[in-house]
Amino acid sequence: MMQIKVNDVARSFDGDPNLPLLWYLRDVLGLTGTKFGCGMALCGACTVHQDGKAIRSCVTSVSAAAGKEITTIEAISKNGLHVVQQKWIEYNVPQCGYCQSGQIMQAISLLKEKPRPSDEDIDGGMSGNICRCGTYQRIRAAIKAAAGEQA
Amino acid sequence: MSDNILNVSRRGFLQGIVSTGALVLSVRMIPEVLWAAETSAGSHADRAVLRPSVFVGIDTDGTVYLVAHRSEMGTSSRTSVPLILADELDADWKRVKIEQAMGDPRYGSQDTDGSHSVRDGFTTMREAGATARLMLTQAAAQKWGVPVSECESDLHVIVHRPSKRKAGYGELASAAAKLPVPKKEDLQFKPKSAWRYIGKGTSSYDLVDLCTGKAGFGMDARLDGMVYASIEHPPVLGGKVKSYDEKAPLQVKGVKQTIPIKPFTPPHHFQPLGGVAVIADNSWAAFQGRKKLNVAWDNGANASYNSDQYKKELQDTARKPGKVVRNIGDVDTAFAKGGKVIAADYYVPLLAHATMEPPVALADYRDGKVTVWAPTQNPQAVQETVGEELGIPKENVTCHVTLLGGGFGRKSKPDYAAEAAILSKAVGKPVKVVWSREDDIKFGYYHAVAAMYMKALVDEKGKPTAWLQRSVFPPIGSTFALNTTYGDAGEMGLGWTDLPFDIPNHRAENGPAENHVRIGWFRSVANIYHAFAAQSFANELAHASGRDSVEYLLELIGPARIIDVKASAPDYDNYDGSPAEYPLDTARMRRVVELAAEKAGWGKRKMGKGSGMGIAVHRSFLTYVATVAEVEVDDKGEVKIPAVHTAVDAGTVVNPEATRAQFEGAAVFGTSIVRSGAITAKNGVIEQSNFHDYPVARMNEAPYKTSVYMVDSDAPPAGVGEPGVPPFAPAVCNAIFAATGKRIRELPLSKSSANT
Repeated sequence: MMQIKVNDVARSFDGDPNLPLLWYLRDVLGLTGTKFGCGMALCGACTVHQDGKAIRSCVTSVSAAAGKEITTIEAISKNGLHVVQQKWIEYNVPQCGYCQSGQIMQAISLLKEKPRPSDEDIDGGMSGNICRCGTYQRIRAAIKAAAGEQA
Repeated sequence: MSDNILNVSRRGFLQGIVSTGALVLSVRMIPEVLWAAETSAGSHADRAVLRPSVFVGIDTDGTVYLVAHRSEMGTSSRTSVPLILADELDADWKRVKIEQAMGDPRYGSQDTDGSHSVRDGFTTMREAGATARLMLTQAAAQKWGVPVSECESDLHVIVHRPSKRKAGYGELASAAAKLPVPKKEDLQFKPKSAWRYIGKGTSSYDLVDLCTGKAGFGMDARLDGMVYASIEHPPVLGGKVKSYDEKAPLQVKGVKQTIPIKPFTPPHHFQPLGGVAVIADNSWAAFQGRKKLNVAWDNGANASYNSDQYKKELQDTARKPGKVVRNIGDVDTAFAKGGKVIAADYYVPLLAHATMEPPVALADYRDGKVTVWAPTQNPQAVQETVGEELGIPKENVTCHVTLLGGGFGRKSKPDYAAEAAILSKAVGKPVKVVWSREDDIKFGYYHAVAAMYMKALVDEKGKPTAWLQRSVFPPIGSTFALNTTYGDAGEMGLGWTDLPFDIPNHRAENGPAENHVRIGWFRSVANIYHAFAAQSFANELAHASGRDSVEYLLELIGPARIIDVKASAPDYDNYDGSPAEYPLDTARMRRVVELAAEKAGWGKRKMGKGSGMGIAVHRSFLTYVATVAEVEVDDKGEVKIPAVHTAVDAGTVVNPEATRAQFEGAAVFGTSIVRSGAITAKNGVIEQSNFHDYPVARMNEAPYKTSVYMVDSDAPPAGVGEPGVPPFAPAVCNAIFAATGKRIRELPLSKSSANT
């Protein structure tokens, strides 16, 4: 029996310990805001926070996340929208939107580490997250705007 | 497997994240906003009090229900098409609720491709809006006992001008519903000056949901008691299962059973590929179970397909006379006279769509009827395909359209929805078929690989007096009919027969090619390789004569005129647009070239070492686009794209913000094509599998800044989803030439010798 905390809810799980966290969140818990894109940590669609830091849930087993605090897009903000989400909305970032949960989770994590990220910081922090619609220009602008607001 | 909540914090309760049941799995998770309204009894729009058209319903509380009959894959169709109706109805957008239509012929075509949703909907939506507005106006006039001509709409109310009395749409809905629906000829459209939304646009209706994880994609559809399926497809197109291990997959925790799926009957069309499905209680277990299937395959004839050999064959064919698809003057006689001849070969490989959401569908079969939830570009095609596969009438197939995590043409083909339906019938439960990324890359409906041969005779100023262009590619028609080796008029009309150059002797040809994989539509389709060849070659001619690229391109286009393409290419279909409404107008093409060049500072800026600008222009989906790309190439040949300037004449633009986003996105999509996209096969098996060996553009590789300039136009609306893609690759490759002197004739750069 593994114990894991997801969005402030402590849970126990007795299924396959190798089950990736992504599928635990999506198929077992029904938290479908976190997306499947590649299964190999190549695209970032599955990004969630583990103890506040961005991880790829598609290659993190439930057993590896046991005892940790997992936060998904559904619970990223305690009060209304997170400033990153607000800027995503203000800059009309999403097109199809499928990758954007992961992009937002990655961006929040980046801004925690680098509150005033340079272009290189943004490239470094965000290049693991693929957007096939090509919203990168707006993602960059939204991150800079969120950094400005946070500061 | 069970999952239990040990304790719930106050925050968890407040946010409503957790259900009270121990097994959240059993909770129906289909979001109300998208799907719950569309029961077989009809949508809210159908049930509303005033319902003058299938696209709109108005209730007594003033809520306006608008039906989005086209799919949302990121192009904003679901917002922009209803927005046209809302504008003509003079409705308050804040009081509009959009409902996604199920597949139903009463909406007309729901096929969301060809960049034609706004174009097709522009008149239909205005008619529906004007109808509702007129009925509300008549009801108000009746209520007040005044002439209709004294009443007019003003944002969700009807106003009696002389007395300034007002009545809201909700208040008038019941009375309006009793009136006869007016005839089309009695409708009056608002003048452009009165448009509230058209030309101003609005954010995506789903914007907040998309930023909070609440939006419902196909991947997110859930039903009580559903199981998950993953399918081991034949590695070679047309392959068949010889044998497999039924038992071993069951050793994987969560796997319930294996089910063979019959191979397709050629031609493959939208039929499932066949193979063996593994059914499990979660997606991952189904993936793991597949690894133990140990399938022995009969690969069939396509096992002889090797991309290296095939490329040589295409290139050989491109050097031989082909079928003439357009002819002006006499190219042969002109070439026979001799002079300076320039020729070049171009090549673009197979490409995969790689939508971020891989193909996925949920189906629930019961008693001869099936309900499907799918991220599909064409729900009516889902109904037809599923009906054929199950041997039931298509009317017994209900198709709910979810949001699409990208489409790009892949989700026009509903093979994955048919798989879910077949498996639900076999299992007796709702089944969600989930394609892995590997499935998506290896079993696509690929963008055709193409070889082009170009040859021109130029005069002393470098201007062509004869021009021959030949393209060879496995046609999309091969998906629908056996032994189809030539492109159809549609494919040839995608940037080949309609090349608007002013050349006295001009011939376009097409050579034959057999398909060995499934070939399908891909964002902007044949325009990609046709524009790459034509616009690269035009640039080669400019440089060969030492001319400025922009000035030379304008000379090639020639004077402002309307080109009657059919006079030289009788089969030309002009994207099904009438030549009267959508003529091929070189004045518009010249204007976008001039605008892009001006905005980029063409000829006025000094570019540093290893830097350069390139231009390309292309008309597709009835929209004119010129792109100037700036590149920087370092000592290692690594290419960066600091800026892109795109000028667009798409006629009347309904949603400028969404349009700008489409062209920004097209530059990134185009970057993938230029830099890295290539699908290849060995012994009939696709060699790529995921984003490590089929890379798509990432943030650090994408253009740093794409600026989009829209030409103000009163012309009817044209496409915006696709037309940004075709000129992008040649613009970048022309820029690379300007920066380095290296000419790229083969895509992608990673495969091109010019990269080293």
